[in-house]
Amino acid sequence: MNPFSYERASDIASACASAARPAAKFIAGGTNLVDLMKVQIEAPGQLVDITRLPLDRIEETAEGGLRIGALVSNSAAAADMRVRRRYPLLAQAILAGASTQLRNKATTGGNLLQRTRCPYFYDTTKPCNKRAPGSGCAALEGLNRMNAVLGVSDNCIAAHPSDMAVAMTALDAVVETVAADGSVRVIPIDELYRPPGNTPHLETVLEPGELIVSVLLPPPPAGRQVYRKVRDRASFAFALVSVAAVLDVDGERVRASRVAFGGLSYKPWRSAEAEDALVGAPATRASFDSAGVAALKAARGYGRNDFKIPLARRTLRATLTQAAGLA
Amino acid sequence: MNDLLKLESKATRRGFLKTTGAATLVLASSPALAETAETVPQQSEQVRLTINGRPYALNLDPRTTLLDTLREHLGFTGSKKGCDQGQCGACTIIVNGQRINSCLALAVMHDGDEITTIEGLADEGVLHPMQAAFVRHDGFQCGYCTPGQICSAVALLSEHRAGWSSYATADVATVPVLTDAEIAERMSGNICRCSAYPNIVAAIREVAKEGSQ
Repeated sequence: MNPFSYERASDIASACASAARPAAKFIAGGTNLVDLMKVQIEAPGQLVDITRLPLDRIEETAEGGLRIGALVSNSAAAADMRVRRRYPLLAQAILAGASTQLRNKATTGGNLLQRTRCPYFYDTTKPCNKRAPGSGCAALEGLNRMNAVLGVSDNCIAAHPSDMAVAMTALDAVVETVAADGSVRVIPIDELYRPPGNTPHLETVLEPGELIVSVLLPPPPAGRQVYRKVRDRASFAFALVSVAAVLDVDGERVRASRVAFGGLSYKPWRSAEAEDALVGAPATRASFDSAGVAALKAARGYGRNDFKIPLARRTLRATLTQAAGLA
Repeated sequence: MNDLLKLESKATRRGFLKTTGAATLVLASSPALAETAETVPQQSEQVRLTINGRPYALNLDPRTTLLDTLREHLGFTGSKKGCDQGQCGACTIIVNGQRINSCLALAVMHDGDEITTIEGLADEGVLHPMQAAFVRHDGFQCGYCTPGQICSAVALLSEHRAGWSSYATADVATVPVLTDAEIAERMSGNICRCSAYPNIVAAIREVAKEGSQ
């Protein structure tokens, strides 16, 4: 691990000012950052420890939603009865990720900002445009079965690894930030992540020193919420494909739906195509199949991850079937 | 502060090596030694920890993980370094009542925290019920993962008492009975390459039942 200077932040303003310096980084749970620092993929010159900031509460909002502080641990968010009763999708997604030990340390803000687990991002002997801009992408022709099939470019096909963020995307969550100059802004979670394009090393729209302080959940949408994750083993593995779905059925027909996929793109992939195909359609497996076809229409496989396209369609059908009570 | 054990990390480590000469071969290429050999000026941070009920104060390079603090600086070698990247669970300890991977935690960030390691579970020579159950059910073969498994299992029971559900829970808003499937899911952060899983689950199931009576 490269040497770094350590600063324990006592308030948000000084934390943001410190982290705006070149080579400085925020650290909270550290479950991803410390791991990457050990192999020198991350080598910050300064760490700004934000864990003592008062951002560890979950609060009711006037609109009937919840505001989850950025430092609320993944475990605490999943254990909160308000989350479990009103946003079971989110509790399920959080519990689908990592292990209890990691969830006890990992935070809400850090989970959103975790780096990809593309094997070539980790393998410093191979080219990777995300780790070393301009070096190329070894995943394109490599062992890419975990990689993305939607929204990526030939410069980078890394997938976002979070489960939590997939549920938050389906729930229309909003990220609240404070910048180094003290300004605050709200970013819809779907707009937090930048498409890889020619700059896959730039992953979010956050500015240097800009701190996620909370995630705002609007009131829960009508309908049944289901998170379904498909992976190589039963627990403690990243998703090949996951689906976060909310399905509101009026008698026989779909009144409204929310569909987001994990494991398919550089961000949690909200599918307007699937939602458009579902609205007004009969709540049947045939409709769910059509929604899957619409959702994956623009998908492109890179060889070893071709299987993700039919797998995503079938996982969507299974998730919606469960949400409709047909399973 | 006067009751704190003042420990100079390097001196302690050397003292530890002197008293355990057999360990020299293994430790000669350890990352901790490589770090001390670097010429870059080092920041040193004072870190106070309560470990198994006893206070400690150390001066540490901020890069030092809790696991290395315990093993290399204080001689608490019960917690094991398996993967050193949060995947195996052999380093599991309990910090402020919650289990974590000590290999991914920087000690400086835990200033003031209360830590329980495998060394702190027994009560004056009497095994903790979970330790005794692991012995009774033969919940191990080589034993390398066992300290992490037991710390994890002890914390699992407090999490269940606090009402936590898991990915194996059908209705996430309920508090489920600790079935074998629930125990397996909640223990998935601890790998046992000898595959003693059935006996580990049996040990935890037994202690969970005793606790609920």
